[in-house]
Amino acid sequence: MLDLLFDPSFFASVPRFVTPILLAALGGALCERAGVFNIALEGFLLAGAFAAVLGSWFAGSAYAGALAAMIGGILMGLVFAEFNLRRGGDAIVVSIAINLLAAGLTTYLLRAIFNVTGAFNDAGIVGFKAIHLPGIAAIPFLGPLLSGQTILFYVALAMVPLLHMFFARHRLGLRMRAAGENPAALQAGGVSPKRVQLWALVGCGALCGLGGAQLSIANVNLFVENMSAGRGWIAVVAVLLTRGRPWPLFAIAVIFGVVDSLSFRVQGLGMPQQFTDMMPYLATLIVLTALSWWRRRSAQ
Amino acid sequence: MKLGDGIFAREVVPWLAVVFWIAVVLFVLVELVSSDFGAAVQGFIQGAFGGRRLAYLMTTLSRAALITGMALSVMLSFRAGLFNIGGEGQLVAGGLVAALVAVLVPGPPLLILALSILAAMAAGAAWALLAGALQLYVGVPLLVGSLLLNYPIRYIASYLVAHPYRDVASGMVQSHLVPQATWLPYFPGTRLDIGILFIVVAAIFAVAYSHTTVHGYQSRMNGLSPDFARTVGLPVNRLALQTLAMSGAIAGLVGAIAVFGIHHRYIDGMLVQPLYAWTGIIAVLLVGMIPWLVPISGFFFAAIQTGAAGMERTAGVPKEIALVVQAVIILLVASRVSGALLSSSDRKAGGGGDA
Repeated sequence: MLDLLFDPSFFASVPRFVTPILLAALGGALCERAGVFNIALEGFLLAGAFAAVLGSWFAGSAYAGALAAMIGGILMGLVFAEFNLRRGGDAIVVSIAINLLAAGLTTYLLRAIFNVTGAFNDAGIVGFKAIHLPGIAAIPFLGPLLSGQTILFYVALAMVPLLHMFFARHRLGLRMRAAGENPAALQAGGVSPKRVQLWALVGCGALCGLGGAQLSIANVNLFVENMSAGRGWIAVVAVLLTRGRPWPLFAIAVIFGVVDSLSFRVQGLGMPQQFTDMMPYLATLIVLTALSWWRRRSAQ
Repeated sequence: MKLGDGIFAREVVPWLAVVFWIAVVLFVLVELVSSDFGAAVQGFIQGAFGGRRLAYLMTTLSRAALITGMALSVMLSFRAGLFNIGGEGQLVAGGLVAALVAVLVPGPPLLILALSILAAMAAGAAWALLAGALQLYVGVPLLVGSLLLNYPIRYIASYLVAHPYRDVASGMVQSHLVPQATWLPYFPGTRLDIGILFIVVAAIFAVAYSHTTVHGYQSRMNGLSPDFARTVGLPVNRLALQTLAMSGAIAGLVGAIAVFGIHHRYIDGMLVQPLYAWTGIIAVLLVGMIPWLVPISGFFFAAIQTGAAGMERTAGVPKEIALVVQAVIILLVASRVSGALLSSSDRKAGGGGDA
């Protein structure tokens, strides 16, 4: 078990699992801080994963795929904004509908556009290449962790401090926090909270889209029905636990990512696949339970 | 006349707009697969309501029963202000336990059937209570706690029918058949099993409970105004747990009906892939949680799903069009009617851990 943990290929696999959850959770953080109760990250992520394959296959470039993924995620964000912000629908109802919409639309389009069911696996899907960082790659443990990843991982890493600074310093970031904490004050200051929340949803869609791209054109080069497989919900939990603060969010995403990659690894040890598949959700439940309990205790 | 115009503009025009947008979405999606729109519509109607000796209508009714059952289950929770979206886990727990009890326990068929159904209801209730206990005693918001509990039970069920209790000879990931004598009979001359009667009983129970008992009244009061309920001294925690247990028991019952009425065994994914639980949730949201409309809404969504399957057979339109249309309906309709109902209660329940 222990030698498994210190296996370089295990280290190399961790970022692949951290990236989608981290990107989706950072997107969720934008909504959380701006006062939009968005639990549709699962749908955003799935839409991104599909759009990434679509873009990559048609344009023949992974970057086009990432761009399409962002657009796909943003479209979902705009649907959310239309029905939640503009028409005043309940955020939870809208979220549930968007999760179903993404599941249905991606499967439908998979058959309508690519004429396949279940999975689309084609040599025409261009994935992201791993970037090898000379020098860093030689460092034990840290090397395989930081080098040889795709650009999406580095983007996700960079987003953590950037988002932290965005919330702390940037005008729009501050307005988002105001929209979340005291929308009336923001309104009194002459800024429409809904407009600010719209930007939060757009940003959330773009980040979730990139997270989806990591799933479909970086970890593998294919789209599978429902391939987000609950990672969006894990991201929702991470956002709720940290109340959308980027650095704690990063820590939680790393924990979940490590469990995710660990569960992938122990499949080779003969543990039934059902138990290894269950591990990320159990870990999420355990972390959620432990933190909630600890929070309640310290509040008393 | 003036008044009539006002009502027309307020009430009728928005609904016409809803119908218009759904038609647009349908048309675009069907055109996308370059199918004949007329043939698709015909296939839809045939698939939902037609067939030899109305076989497809029976499929729709049987599916409607399961969806309505899940809708009743979540309605009890929602009306009490408990955002239990873990119906899927409670459903799977019920279906799994029902099949295993019936396969493993020997005895007279009727007794085994009764025992299996009770065990399934207990299993569903237990799974719901777990989410409730996590919220009340640990502070895990019910919304995410109940949802996350869907996954472990899904994999536990998958493991049990893939390894220890697998019908190896069948070559599929599924349990052995339950004894044939325990299968729910069909209505004479049809292919519709009597499982729908269980749902009717559950529906009558749910409505009677909600509207005629003190407990049901208190539970709804708790949903409409938790602060008021607490202030007048209601045992809110106990009410919540009892409501969740009932909610889970109904979900477990639905799982048992799917086993004894339709599949006659537990097949991996048989309760998850058709999205019964999620369709139940949107069926309740569509009608703003008004109990007597729930079966109609359940039938409506069942017809969309079986109709889409018909469209796939005759016009080659992928049946997932049903999911898209359902989602669009919920976006257009439920954001109009049920928004206020939920938000009054849920933010408190959902934010339980942060309070």
